[in-house]
Amino acid sequence: MTADPGLIPIGGERRIPSDRLQDLIDLLRQDDYSVVGPTVDQEAIVYDEVTSVDQLPRGWTDEQGPGTYRLARREDDALFGYVVGPHSWKKYLFPPLSTLSAADRTEQGWEMRRVEEAPPKYAFLGVRACELAAIAVQDRVFAGGPYVDPIYSGRRQSAFLIAVNCTQAASTCFCTSMRTGPRCCTGFDLALTELPGEFVIEVGSDRGGTLLARLTTDACSARTLAAAEAARQQAVDQITRRMDTTDIRNVLLTQLEHPRWQETGERCLSCTNCTMVCPTCFCSTVEEVADLKTEHVERQRRWDSCFNPEFSYVHGGLVRNDIRSRYRQWLTHKLASWQDQFGTSGCVGCGRCITWCPVGIDLTEEVAALREKPACP
Amino acid sequence: MATRPRLAVFKFASCDGCQLSLLDAEDELLEFAGAVEIAYFLEATSAIAPGPYDIGLVEGSITTAHDAQRIQDIRAQCRTLITIGACATSGGIQALRNWADTDEFLQAVYASPQYISTLATSTAIADHVRVDFELRGCPINQFQLLEVVGALLQGRTPRVARHAVCLDCKRNGTVCVAVAQGLACLGPITQSGCGALCPGCDRGCYGCFGPALQANPRSLSDQYLATGHGPAQLLPLLRNYNAAATAFREESERIERLAGAGD
Repeated sequence: MTADPGLIPIGGERRIPSDRLQDLIDLLRQDDYSVVGPTVDQEAIVYDEVTSVDQLPRGWTDEQGPGTYRLARREDDALFGYVVGPHSWKKYLFPPLSTLSAADRTEQGWEMRRVEEAPPKYAFLGVRACELAAIAVQDRVFAGGPYVDPIYSGRRQSAFLIAVNCTQAASTCFCTSMRTGPRCCTGFDLALTELPGEFVIEVGSDRGGTLLARLTTDACSARTLAAAEAARQQAVDQITRRMDTTDIRNVLLTQLEHPRWQETGERCLSCTNCTMVCPTCFCSTVEEVADLKTEHVERQRRWDSCFNPEFSYVHGGLVRNDIRSRYRQWLTHKLASWQDQFGTSGCVGCGRCITWCPVGIDLTEEVAALREKPACP
Repeated sequence: MATRPRLAVFKFASCDGCQLSLLDAEDELLEFAGAVEIAYFLEATSAIAPGPYDIGLVEGSITTAHDAQRIQDIRAQCRTLITIGACATSGGIQALRNWADTDEFLQAVYASPQYISTLATSTAIADHVRVDFELRGCPINQFQLLEVVGALLQGRTPRVARHAVCLDCKRNGTVCVAVAQGLACLGPITQSGCGALCPGCDRGCYGCFGPALQANPRSLSDQYLATGHGPAQLLPLLRNYNAAATAFREESERIERLAGAGD
């Protein structure tokens, strides 16, 4: 059996010079994909639609710590020489606002209708290993059980994923503790490793292999492959943050009255930032929005958060009526009861919740503190 | 609807901006005027119909003894009383007088201060009478006002979110200006309502909609104080349109004490 010349097999690696990355974007656009990738905006590297490599953050990087993020210049022209920013791909797969259904009042009564969207066809350029893991987590949440979310799954099925292997890490990264990275191992169509002046492209799916076969690429020399491996190892070596996940489910669920919850409850702003930047948090609220005469009503779904006090409102009051209980709910769900619910951790170790918390609360530090036995009263 | 609910709009110490927000709702104004009978609204019409009224909208704060009496009469005239805007719900920017010597202001501002009769404080309407619903903002968001009136007409609870501005920034895709630019932004402790306008324009939130539900201002200002923002910056930020709202007032007074202790 001979190899299909129109398909580069899964695991196959090819090389392109950096100045030909535009060909990949052009090819995706020819195939009707909206290419979404990193770009500099609002003093950060965000995800937005890109049509040209010139929109990528060439020569930019990010410096992150608890509660702080700054753009900084690199000494080279790397296009993917940053880590992760304030946005995640969930804003495309699970949009912040969706209209689910609508109804109009007619003389015959209410006329209900579904609001169906033709799912936009996205190609994500620059998906990190932790983000691939996050997408896999949301696949279970939105499409894994008996109730499949049509908005998510429609967008997800058509999405083309071009991963980028990290070659550096931020101080907030801890993917190695969560076993989600930094190497992209699964869940992508193509995966790039950026080297000075060139990219190594690995095929992760038949769809990726077919697309790559249409690009002009070169074979990878042993030296290029070794350089790519060394670049990826550099990211591993730079990761300093750790989270001990040993028996974490039981540790957290048996420490529900630990004094640390109160201490962190006094620091936490309950502002929702951590949940909004988290690439796996999936909570939403569904509201009926009517015009003044109630002749037209829409059912809208919006991003919501367990840190919004009213998120826990049930008839008569708020179930989680202080910040302590909301923080505890979030952390125990993310790291413990998520396992019961979805069979995985809800945390992928991307560190966004640490960086984008305005007061820099660090969940790895929280877990470490909760593992300490409280002093006797 | 056979008889439309009768609506009255009253003004106290304020700039009229909230009433204008209603008149500004051009696309919805005719629909609004069709849904209620506008019985008293001096900003819009000189035609005045006597009370009682089904719905009273009150703009402005209480700053004179005369107004303190007038709000009692208005309360008695209105079946449902809704206060609109930062002045009516927290005392407004003019509540800065609560920390100052009003007589000194009178001497400095007015050529003939003997004609001015004013209280030493500016206070929210709810400090004087029972209020059925408080709509925040400087100015209010017209869509929230239409929502509140619409909910009232339909006999349901108004959908007015009380979470922090941050949630709106994130829904909008706005990058956090506090984290990415080091700006002192009140968004994490301020109630939603404006659609996160200022952070979307690269500015920190000014707190126009007052404290969010269960806000934690102390932790936020501790963070800002630790990252190079001084009391001279934080104090006026908290003492702004909602200076006298409890959570903002308590925190500004704490910062003032901290600054005093540091002198």
